[in-house]
Amino acid sequence: MLAGVKIGAMGALTLLFAIAANWGHEEVYRFHAFLLMAVSAWAFLHAIRTADAPAAPKAALEHEYMDDVIRYGVIATAFWGVVGFAAGTFIAFQLAFPSLNFDLPWTTFGRLRPLHTSAVIFAFGGNALICTSFYVVQRTTAARLWGGNLAWFVFWGYQLFIVLAATGYILGGTQSKEYAEPEWYVDLWLTIVWVAYLAVFLGTIVKRKEPHIYVANWFFLSFIVTVAMLHVVNNLAVPVSIWSSQSVTLFPGVQGAMVQWWYGHNAVGFFLTAGFLGMMYYFIPKQANRPVYSYKLSIIHFWALIFLYIWAGPHHLHYTALPDWAQTLGMVMSVVLWMPSWGGMINGLMTLQGAWDKLRTDPVLRILVISVGFYGMSTFEGPMMSIKAVNSLSHYTDWTIGHVHSGALGWNGMITFGALYFLVPRLWKRDGLYSLSLVSWHFWLATIGIVLYAASMWVTGIMEGLMWREVDDQGFLINSFADTVAAKFPMYVVRGLGGVLYLAGGVIMCYNLWKTATGATSTSRPAQAVPAE
Amino acid sequence: MADNKREIDTATNTETTGHEWDGIRELDTPMPRWWLITFYITIVWAIIYTIFMPAWPMINSATPGILGYSSREEVAQELAAANEVNAPLDERLANMEIASVVEDPELLRFATAGGGAIFRNYCSQCHGAGAAGAVGGYPNLLDDDWLWGGTLTDIQQTLTHGIRYEEDPDTRYSQMPAFGDILEEEEINSLVQYVLSLSNQEHDAEAATAGTELFMDNCSVCHGEDGRGMQDQGAPNLTDSIWLYGGDPESIANTIHDSRFGIMPAFGGRLSDEDIRKAAIYVHTLGGGQ
Repeated sequence: MLAGVKIGAMGALTLLFAIAANWGHEEVYRFHAFLLMAVSAWAFLHAIRTADAPAAPKAALEHEYMDDVIRYGVIATAFWGVVGFAAGTFIAFQLAFPSLNFDLPWTTFGRLRPLHTSAVIFAFGGNALICTSFYVVQRTTAARLWGGNLAWFVFWGYQLFIVLAATGYILGGTQSKEYAEPEWYVDLWLTIVWVAYLAVFLGTIVKRKEPHIYVANWFFLSFIVTVAMLHVVNNLAVPVSIWSSQSVTLFPGVQGAMVQWWYGHNAVGFFLTAGFLGMMYYFIPKQANRPVYSYKLSIIHFWALIFLYIWAGPHHLHYTALPDWAQTLGMVMSVVLWMPSWGGMINGLMTLQGAWDKLRTDPVLRILVISVGFYGMSTFEGPMMSIKAVNSLSHYTDWTIGHVHSGALGWNGMITFGALYFLVPRLWKRDGLYSLSLVSWHFWLATIGIVLYAASMWVTGIMEGLMWREVDDQGFLINSFADTVAAKFPMYVVRGLGGVLYLAGGVIMCYNLWKTATGATSTSRPAQAVPAE
Repeated sequence: MADNKREIDTATNTETTGHEWDGIRELDTPMPRWWLITFYITIVWAIIYTIFMPAWPMINSATPGILGYSSREEVAQELAAANEVNAPLDERLANMEIASVVEDPELLRFATAGGGAIFRNYCSQCHGAGAAGAVGGYPNLLDDDWLWGGTLTDIQQTLTHGIRYEEDPDTRYSQMPAFGDILEEEEINSLVQYVLSLSNQEHDAEAATAGTELFMDNCSVCHGEDGRGMQDQGAPNLTDSIWLYGGDPESIANTIHDSRFGIMPAFGGRLSDEDIRKAAIYVHTLGGGQ
């Protein structure tokens, strides 16, 4: 019966997408319809071929963790990471050498920039969050993922979202909202996938065998719930036609700007901060083999962080048409956010109490710890930049770009690398990593890369901010915009080199992980769930 | 109850909470004092700040704050203050024969500084930040080769009304015919060779001779019999080595075949007359003013 419904639905979808591919108004829409037609045709055939297959014995699996989907997630994270870093390094050099735009629409900075940001945030970061949250929630609840194959739907559905988004940018499809560029039908698809993700995660927590919910899961859950809300509200739009990729947003003018930055800043707050703090709260205590520093601190900083972050968006709109009261609130909430953010840093670093000596011998722990260091640095820099007097200098300059990257490369990237180094030997049941010295190489390449990136952007950012406001004694502007661009050239080259180092570290990691996963078999780490006591 | 399993962690001599997940335990360390105090300080500061500044949304408007700050008012005041300081100089500039500004050092300094800022804002996109222009129709303003005249009043006229700018009825206007529709390819080639000879470039002497008559018949009306151009028509001088669209044979052939139609927008109405005067004086002082 169910198989029949599945076959019918997939057949109907294939037909619908075939019609859409024919009637689509824009190239990008037709291409996506064609892609979706191929995917649903495959699902249609798959449904037919497996219609008679007996259902898998559910009970037999119930006492085992569901790790296949996490293994796929680890591979996807590493793959998209390298893709995203390469795209970022390339567009960094485009800014230094504009001829690298090649005068082709598909390779211009305007299309490759969202490709880079989405690849690193949503493809690399998103896959890292999904696979680590699946790993962590199973271990800390001692329960198998809820929902059977729903976790597989989340994984493959999310990859489809990534491919739709990335190909859309290249072909010129965008609704021009930063970090929310995909068009309405891609947004709808992500909503479905995200609700499934929430169901799997929440379902697993509900059926947990541990009496308490571990702090990492609070952060993961707040990330999943809030991102769902942000995504839905910011993308509310009316399509101009169901055969068109274009749509009209529900929020005009300054309201649109406010909603966009409410979304944009909380993508930072909940995707890149809360979610990754969930990773931090599991992998640092595990790798250091130490108890978490302070339970009280984790409660207070969790609630303070999620209460305050949601207000901070207006600091992206200082000195704009946004009413002054909203700017004030955005600024003060951002400054109050400083200590709640640092609560995570304190809990991460101080967990090493009694295990600091391990930093000398364990490069994986070193990567995890420096990520918390970068987290602390950028969560101090952020509140500082939200102060209007500072923002009047830093806004629209490369300082912002540097700030984002010390957070993204330093915190999100490094904590993910540490998690991958932790996960691969366990998921592929190996005794340890293929090479610890390659991990050290990765650590140093990435760290020096970040330092080059952040330092060069501080220099150009402050320089261009000062050049923009430079006036003579009669109040006349001294510099043209082109003067400031020309002055930034050397620092743009330095930034690009920083990207090369960071990318090289990522490639070394992939090699190391690959060697680890394909290395000699070992059965020393059973993957069975340990029943709760 | 898991709390029954509270124990003392030996490395830190701190009690644990008794919870455990996948081997992870938690210490019952109190929150760091400095952390808590700093957190409280930021909260107190935030409350005080929102009392002084516009902050809390009410039903119809937000609390204005004790200081009654408004960013719009702040900008308006800063602009008004700057304008007030410069008003006497602007007034003198507006009521003066533009050519005699040079004789007043104070006013000249004011006009070139202000004109430079205007140039960097409005003109540098096409003419370059250093005013050296670019091949492809963006004239170099540093040399003494002028399409429509290089006196102060000429430049002022160009800035005010633009060039071939349809929305301004007084715009400077001329149009070179596209000779691709009028002459044979061979004739165009002869013309190219003749034009090359005018600026002493390498050329085919035989073809150039054949092109002489064609030039006299078709081009000399605007470019002059000697090829030195005509500023009334915006017709460039063809005997020097300055080329707006390139002076190589291929570029010249394209120009003759398809013609060119460079447009510059009018700034009258967008900028005040004083500002246009400043920009004209600035451009005039760049090196080529006549």
